[in-house]
Amino acid sequence: MTENNPIFDQIRSDIDSNDVVLFMKGVKQQPACGFSHTVVQILRAVGVQDFKDVNILLDPDLRQGVKDFTDWPTFPQLYVKGEFIGGCDIVREMYESGELTELLKEKGVALNAAA
Amino acid sequence: MAMDATQIEQYIRTAFPDATIELVDLAGDNDHWQVTVTSEAFRGKSRVEQHKMVFNAFGGQMGSVLHALVVKTAVPAS
Repeated sequence: MTENNPIFDQIRSDIDSNDVVLFMKGVKQQPACGFSHTVVQILRAVGVQDFKDVNILLDPDLRQGVKDFTDWPTFPQLYVKGEFIGGCDIVREMYESGELTELLKEKGVALNAAA
Repeated sequence: MAMDATQIEQYIRTAFPDATIELVDLAGDNDHWQVTVTSEAFRGKSRVEQHKMVFNAFGGQMGSVLHALVVKTAVPAS
């Protein structure tokens, strides 16, 4: 876990160049885990138009790198505008209370009007 | 690899002596748990910080031995 870890650079570049990034098991079209699936569903439900999905199952170094980068032991991990929002439990809680929509609006993330 | 209810409760009790702990066996298989931890230790902390405190109570076993734990945290109503 060093500051010049090239994987950290890759993660930073992903979360800096995409409004919403989900580090997950599988891909958004086909999540490979129930918790990842839940967060994909929630992002759709709140009307997030597009988000970057990063499949951490493809690369063990990336998987460990994201855990170290966020200091968070599990997946999925949701980032909005470069900020770690939480894992499945937190995202679900925020969705149910309406906080997630508030946060996305506050941060200027494009949402579908119908949501 | 799994962790039973007694062990989970012990780890949390050690880290949060004042806590109210509520454990639910989500799948009935002694392996997929939901825990609600209510403790003064969470006061003034963000949700992410609160969850990290719970993960840390398991000393690195979260995400490996303990792979399916839904965490909820709360501060006692005053």
